Amino acid sequence: MSSVSQNFMKLFRSSSGPEVAPAQTFEKLTRRSSGLGELSRMWESLETLCVLDLGSTSPGNIRYFTERGHKIYSEDLLTASTDPELLSKDEQGHAVLDSRKFLAENLVYPAARFDVIFCWNLPDYLDEGLVKPVVGRLWSILKPGGMLLAFFHTRDAGPDAPCHRFHIVGPDTLQMHKIELRRETRRGPTGAIHTAISDGFQLQRVFNNRHIETLFRDFASIKFFLARDSIREVLVVR
Amino acid sequence: MGAPGGGLAQIGSSVVVKGELSGSEDLFVDGHVEGTIALKSNNLTVGPNGQVKASVDAKGVIVQGKLEGNIQASDRVELRKSASVTGDIATQRISIEEGAFLKGKVDIHRSDSK
Repeated sequence: MSSVSQNFMKLFRSSSGPEVAPAQTFEKLTRRSSGLGELSRMWESLETLCVLDLGSTSPGNIRYFTERGHKIYSEDLLTASTDPELLSKDEQGHAVLDSRKFLAENLVYPAARFDVIFCWNLPDYLDEGLVKPVVGRLWSILKPGGMLLAFFHTRDAGPDAPCHRFHIVGPDTLQMHKIELRRETRRGPTGAIHTAISDGFQLQRVFNNRHIETLFRDFASIKFFLARDSIREVLVVR
Repeated sequence: MGAPGGGLAQIGSSVVVKGELSGSEDLFVDGHVEGTIALKSNNLTVGPNGQVKASVDAKGVIVQGKLEGNIQASDRVELRKSASVTGDIATQRISIEEGAFLKGKVDIHRSDSK
């Protein structure tokens, strides 16, 4: 499980070569989600919900909620955590992410509180130093009685478990797209061409049930759903 | 989305504009714009090289490049796969291609006549 600096070295490399066309393919899987099924009763019964999707921008999820008259906010936290400007050094000189700077720029909603937050598999792939501060912020922007859905890999998934984007296709059905190789070439302010190469995100850790309960200890209740694909779904209520 | 009056203004990729932009013809921005853009009955297209830091009020908005600011569109918003939008979107209709990046709220206003 790679360090912060290794991840950034991998993400940003300079190049003077020709521009590379984006190469992005998706492996699609459909899975049933018990947590989503339980959560969906909420949006079928309430008139207007305020929803926060923390996964990769999903046209399907935006359409799903706006068609039902709900408001949806989209914020790709995992991508935001790869911002090179977040890097700083601790007292020992190790590269760390600045969680204060991260929270000053992300999850900032002074005028909104949410009924539903979709974390998807964010905690498994987010940098260690950001997990607790982010969960703390999520608690503060979730309405009392609001629900948060998160997925956690079990140890059986292995260290190379791929990171997915999640698209809601039914009340209890998700389509998962594996995040594959993506290359982007952009011209920087100095005119130099920079190639960003992302081969997806690496699993940072595997939480056991005790860790998950500790992570969400400020919430009112927590419910686990075990799935066959080495994923535990966790539905927490503030 | 075509230009209702047939006119189309263009801001090329080497052009930098700071301030308030308003007009009654469609606008294509492939350069840098900072400020506000008001095209009440017309459409804005942010081209693939476009970098816009502005609140936008238009009939329709197509984004292929980068836009930071809130979008208010009386008709529709289209985010193409290369789009990166940071800001809230209020519109009647929206289409977002796979690969587009959005950080912000989407609020769909239903037409009163429907």
